[in-house]
Amino acid sequence: MTLEPGGNGRGGQSAAEIVHEIEGSAPGVTVELEPEQELLMVNMGPHHPATHGVLRLEVELEGEVVRDLRPIVGYVHTGIEKSCESMAFWKVIPFVERMDYLSYFFNSEAYCGAVEKLIGLEVPRRAQYLRVLHMELNRLHSHLVWLGTTALDVGAMSVYFYCFRDRDRVLDMFEMSAGQRMHTRYFQVGGVAEDIPEGWEAKARELIGVIKRGLSQYESLLDRNEIFLMRTKNIGVVDRERLLELGVTGPLLRAAGDPWDLRKEAGYLVYDELDFDIPVGTVGDGYDRYRVRLAEMRESLKIIEQCLDGLPDGPWIADDRKYVLPPRSELSTSMESLIHHFKLVTEGFRVDPGEVYYPIESPRGELGCFVVADGSAKPVRVHFRDPSFVNLQSLRDMAIGEYVADLIQTLAMLDPILGGIDR
Amino acid sequence: MPDGPGLELIMAEVNRGNPGAVLDTGYDREQASLVVPAERVREVLEWLRDTPGQEYTFLSSLHAADYLPAEPRFAVHYELLNRERYERIRVKALLPDPASPGDVAVGLAPGNGKVPTGAGGEVPGTGAGESRHGSGLTGGEPSEGSWRGGEEGSGGAPGESRPTESSSPPAENGEGRPTEPSSSPQTNGTRPFPEIDSVVDLFPTADFQEREAYDFFGIVFRGHPDLRRMFMPEDYVGHPQRRDFPIGGEPVIFTRDEPADPGWWK
Amino acid sequence: MEIERIKVTPETPLEQPSSPEEFRARQLKARDMLRGDLEGADLDAYVEERVMTTTLEKVLNVARANSIFPATFGLACCAIEMMSTVSPRYDIARFGAEAFRASPRQADLLILSGRVSIKMAPVVRRIYDQMLEPKWSISMGACSSSGGMFANYAVVQGADRFMPVDVHVPGCPPRPEALIYGFNKLQRMIMGHPDPGWRARYNATGTEEWARGGAGSKPSPEAVEAYRKAREALGA
Ligand code: SF4
Repeated sequence: MTLEPGGNGRGGQSAAEIVHEIEGSAPGVTVELEPEQELLMVNMGPHHPATHGVLRLEVELEGEVVRDLRPIVGYVHTGIEKSCESMAFWKVIPFVERMDYLSYFFNSEAYCGAVEKLIGLEVPRRAQYLRVLHMELNRLHSHLVWLGTTALDVGAMSVYFYCFRDRDRVLDMFEMSAGQRMHTRYFQVGGVAEDIPEGWEAKARELIGVIKRGLSQYESLLDRNEIFLMRTKNIGVVDRERLLELGVTGPLLRAAGDPWDLRKEAGYLVYDELDFDIPVGTVGDGYDRYRVRLAEMRESLKIIEQCLDGLPDGPWIADDRKYVLPPRSELSTSMESLIHHFKLVTEGFRVDPGEVYYPIESPRGELGCFVVADGSAKPVRVHFRDPSFVNLQSLRDMAIGEYVADLIQTLAMLDPILGGIDR
Repeated sequence: MPDGPGLELIMAEVNRGNPGAVLDTGYDREQASLVVPAERVREVLEWLRDTPGQEYTFLSSLHAADYLPAEPRFAVHYELLNRERYERIRVKALLPDPASPGDVAVGLAPGNGKVPTGAGGEVPGTGAGESRHGSGLTGGEPSEGSWRGGEEGSGGAPGESRPTESSSPPAENGEGRPTEPSSSPQTNGTRPFPEIDSVVDLFPTADFQEREAYDFFGIVFRGHPDLRRMFMPEDYVGHPQRRDFPIGGEPVIFTRDEPADPGWWK
Repeated sequence: MEIERIKVTPETPLEQPSSPEEFRARQLKARDMLRGDLEGADLDAYVEERVMTTTLEKVLNVARANSIFPATFGLACCAIEMMSTVSPRYDIARFGAEAFRASPRQADLLILSGRVSIKMAPVVRRIYDQMLEPKWSISMGACSSSGGMFANYAVVQGADRFMPVDVHVPGCPPRPEALIYGFNKLQRMIMGHPDPGWRARYNATGTEEWARGGAGSKPSPEAVEAYRKAREALGA
């Protein structure tokens, strides 16, 4: 492609300059496009079945080729960051979970991690393992939903049913440990809210087998699917340098061949004790993104297995009474616990002034939480650096010069979650 | 992470080339930060990105914050990352509020239930019979209490506010209609915006995030190619995540006898 | 602990023929009737026993209630749970509503699944207006029912502010079962009431686009009169 990706031109290039390469069908054949009189502006969304939410795209088309594209977001802007400022620290957790609604455990881990860093609270090892377990299950869930909807977009309806069948199994695990399918508020500042119930581990082991079987099913449905291959191979390619300039992280960057994963680099929680690989792609097209995500699910299964094997005994939440609710049984025996309980529930804990940026690897890339405390019981600012929001900028580079039909596929492979983008 | 002494070295080195570019360093909770004045932020970021041995080439996040009672009031944070060494450093650009206390409320008044975009014109009355339009802002007039600490907070040096060139967005007046862009948009009754240089050409990833900061905090990024609102409707008035912007919404009436306006949410 | 498994045996409906002979006799009688052999009081009794009479409208309502096309319209987290009602485990196809339609023109149920921001509200309203009568809407989740936990500047505090909602499903997010229950309630509502449109349902006469001279104007007296007549004719 001879398009210079960085320019902010609104289709300003003369069309004769732009050479569109049809890759895949006949390698090396280039087609000179006839210069058109004018570009056609097409509005996609905010209500469009293929935009994965309420994303709106203003697309400029020349014939069927995308010449420019502007994402317009904000249709589910919820003002969560503002609402958080009026809540006590521990009441913020349910709010942040509802930002990126497919990765709620990651959101609450980013926030809890930031607050724990602010108050210098050590999380017990069992809690760390439980968090990793739930986060990896959540990664499975998120990728399953992604796979189902993406396959739906490229025309493979049945994959959707298979994915949602397995996704329900994952959600059963959450329901068992936390009581709800989504937005569980399971992570607390200092650990997790409750120990896992009896039988959870056995069920989790069973789930590993189920998902493994499922994965091979999806692969047999898609890997040799001619339509899927033609629609994904060599489409939406952006090279690694440009992706880095645009701040893209997560599977998109890894598909372009950069083994960048904060689980390895930052080594938060117990990830540096676990053994897993980082799948990377070679070309960086839609197909690589699909392969990378599927391989990531296998790695998640590996992590889950190791966590189940190595799950240590011990407390599942820190016992610092200044920040953590005392156990129920203590309330009837200890006056001090009662006072702590009362203080925590009515006012919440106070956090010394300071600001912290805490990044973790969510299913979509670097999810950072920035928290400012001023010594009171409420945060001054809670900001999320959401990977979908930053990655969305690369859509323009991916789509320009491609056919508009491929835009759907490119967007689906980007995996944008509008709740995360708009917050 | 560069530790405390390392940060001092960085500060000394930056200041050797560009005196006064770094005001202070902070090392807190294992996080390193450089405090810079708003005018010098580009120099510092460029230095951190290009100097051999530093090479913080990845801007992972850009966000703004409003420290209302404090002075200077705003700050823009740049979270830089060196991917080889996995080191993060935060550059914190301090940004005073150019508005004088007198015009705190002007330009911030929430729209009076105006429906944001065109389609709303056809919103008729619904089943309940009341023709409430689609804006969530109708929850009540902002009362005095809502402007938390607005008076003492925004002293701001008026000298900082200079009329800008074309980069400044069209200013908005109190009625919610954008005024005509003119050579000096900071006319009577309009709140001047704090301004900072855009870094989109250094880090293209800053594009959306600067628009977000403009949308929520009214911080103008000079030289941004396309500075429009990111999330709120185009004709929205005010910058909702400033600390003195009322949170909006509605009180929840739990019992029938509760007064319609209990006032606790203020 | 072993749970006692209760076996449910269906009661035999009264109308069933008790023996093959009786069945045969009924068949013969039906043939008689078709031949014109059955007349007068005999025929009346026969028809009364075996034929249910109803109005076309009621039949239509039953058909409508069991073949709803929801619009593919997701807003936020709840949309994911809405998607899982279509999934194999919950399978809303049992109630005839699995065909999600991308275009509002083809849909007759709008499931408002998620928070409605002030930027989205006019769009939602337009989509609802674009749907053809008869149409219904379910507001799924705390957010679209009441604003939920987000009492702030960005979220409309309840979708009833800008459009009529027939069923509210609480929960954050509601379980798929909850949505299906709400959907069943809606089906009952559809079957029980002959439906002259949402304006009649919610007493919002005079807000139609044709009844107005333009955005925000009052309906002309003729339009009001025409509408009143139309409603009278419908017996609403
Ligand atoms: S009700 Fe809860 S789950 Fe549904 S959209 Fe609102 S926050 Fe999300």
